[in-house]
Amino acid sequence: MVDATVNAAAQLRRVKQAPRSRLRRFFEKKSTIAFFMTLPLILLIFTLVIYPAFYAIYLTTLNKRMTGTAWMRNCSYLPDWICTYIPFGNLQFLLTRETFWMVFWQSCLFAISAVILKALIGFIVSHFVHNVPSKGQRKWRGMLLVPWVIPAAMSTLAWQWLFDPSYSAFNWILAQFDIERISWTGVAPWARFSVILVNIWIGAPFFMIMYLAALKSVPDQLYEAAEIDGANWWQRIWYVTLPMMRNIIAITALFSTIVTFANFDIVRILTAGGPLDKTHLFATWAFRLGIEGGDIPLGATVSLFMVPILAVAAAFILRDITRRGNEA
Amino acid sequence: MTGTTIDKAGPSRAAPKYGSMKRDRLWALRWSYFFLTLFAIFFLIPPIYMFITSLKTSAEISAAKNPWWVFNPTLSNYIELLGSPIYLNFFKNSAIVSVSVVVITMLIAIPAAFALSRMRFWGSATLATGVFLTYLIPETLLFLPLFKMFAVFNELTGIQLLNRWWVLLVVYPTLTVPFCTWIMIGYFASIPKELDEAAIIDGASWMQTLIRIFVPVALPGIIAATIFAFTVSWAQFLYPIAFTTSIDQLVLPVGIITTLIKGDVFNWGQIMTGALLGAAPPLIIYAFLMDYYIAGLTAGATKG
Repeated sequence: MVDATVNAAAQLRRVKQAPRSRLRRFFEKKSTIAFFMTLPLILLIFTLVIYPAFYAIYLTTLNKRMTGTAWMRNCSYLPDWICTYIPFGNLQFLLTRETFWMVFWQSCLFAISAVILKALIGFIVSHFVHNVPSKGQRKWRGMLLVPWVIPAAMSTLAWQWLFDPSYSAFNWILAQFDIERISWTGVAPWARFSVILVNIWIGAPFFMIMYLAALKSVPDQLYEAAEIDGANWWQRIWYVTLPMMRNIIAITALFSTIVTFANFDIVRILTAGGPLDKTHLFATWAFRLGIEGGDIPLGATVSLFMVPILAVAAAFILRDITRRGNEA
Repeated sequence: MTGTTIDKAGPSRAAPKYGSMKRDRLWALRWSYFFLTLFAIFFLIPPIYMFITSLKTSAEISAAKNPWWVFNPTLSNYIELLGSPIYLNFFKNSAIVSVSVVVITMLIAIPAAFALSRMRFWGSATLATGVFLTYLIPETLLFLPLFKMFAVFNELTGIQLLNRWWVLLVVYPTLTVPFCTWIMIGYFASIPKELDEAAIIDGASWMQTLIRIFVPVALPGIIAATIFAFTVSWAQFLYPIAFTTSIDQLVLPVGIITTLIKGDVFNWGQIMTGALLGAAPPLIIYAFLMDYYIAGLTAGATKG
């Protein structure tokens, strides 16, 4: 924060000196060099991120074989000039399919419940880690972050095996207590539960690490002052910890919302969308339709439905980050 | 129990009637350890269970015995996998791809971050924000247009990218470069201005300033970014499963899933061994460079 003001001051000084100093003469050359230094980055972003993003929009207007436009069909409720000239056939097809709406709700349920639980668990665990003497903190932190470090595809395989209906682990424990075995990935409610559980298992450590970093940045004096004023632990959390951590809590949650909403690995490996598409998310369904089903335009249309939610989350993150910059 | 433990953070509460502050704190600490142990068990069960299963034979796995214990430990799964050319090829592909992507990422990200943080030019602030936004675009949004783009590219130029492992060298940098640039901008911004001004006045070129001064000083940041790029490329699953299909072109995560699972036959002992070996490189890096790993993890939101 001090840095920023110092930098700004230095810059101001430089601007004032500019006409006299040799920086002025240097300017032309400097901007050229800078441009060439960023050129690979710009090319990469434009050809492999921005262009495909717009290409996806174009793809949604094509028919399955990508030989012609996917016009809207059977839309007696719309005027003719809209119906025959607007290439939203894929969109129309999706919006009239029950599976699409199911996938839509499943994605929302998955993302919202997983993010909330991850944030909650991360918050609680970070407090526990913060409590133990700092000598032991490293060890605990190291252990608790392991789920985040293991590649998601590998750990999901382990979960698939833990959930195995006939041979294994969880059902064996249940059997010891004479509880009927559960078909973890075979029936819709349990399959959804399993998918969310695995996501929480992978993501909660990330929240834990972020919140722990935030907790450490809260000055002790604030807690001391709160205590002198007679605040109990709940008031201390509510009036000191949460306001101080608000920005990190928000950024972490928003970032996780994007990643969770766009998740692919877990559902793909654990249930492959089954049973009967009851666990599909936008990403896995787009993969099923686009790559496995060979209908790339339809798949691209499905994946574009993620954009509004991602855009809202991204806008909030950007706002918080720039605000942080200003605070500092 | 959260209550008691939170108390620890800011200890003495308006002296309770019972016990001393010290005893209160001791109990809070015990509760903390208790719950940390519970969470540690929850977080470590899958990797431990992977390890347990990897030591079992198929016969023992299908016997209805306690799955949480190994009765006849054997290394046969490891020997079989490490002797199988197919599996070693997955490993080789993954290693080549990840290391090359790290190199490509660093070659693109470090100069760009230097230019964006030190050599202000027209649009540099916008570009920095744009880089961060790019990092927020998930790969699940782009894999279908990219797939079609590569197919069209093949028709136009005759260069086949689909179903070749080097297609991953083209697409992985889109996942790693934005974030690495972003955190490198943060690291470079924390280097005092006087340092590069002195270098420039002494007649160093911008390139020399970057290589001789910024790279050594920001080395911790570069290590963190390298670790990030490596783990992301090692773990990436969607792009390889969408773009590669032939067995000899697969990388490790996809290879394990497509070759070790044959139809409905799951050879769980081997799958778990393969998964554990596949998880080993990131875990080893993490074990030795934990502080850098965590610095890279938290840099995204705490810097900038």
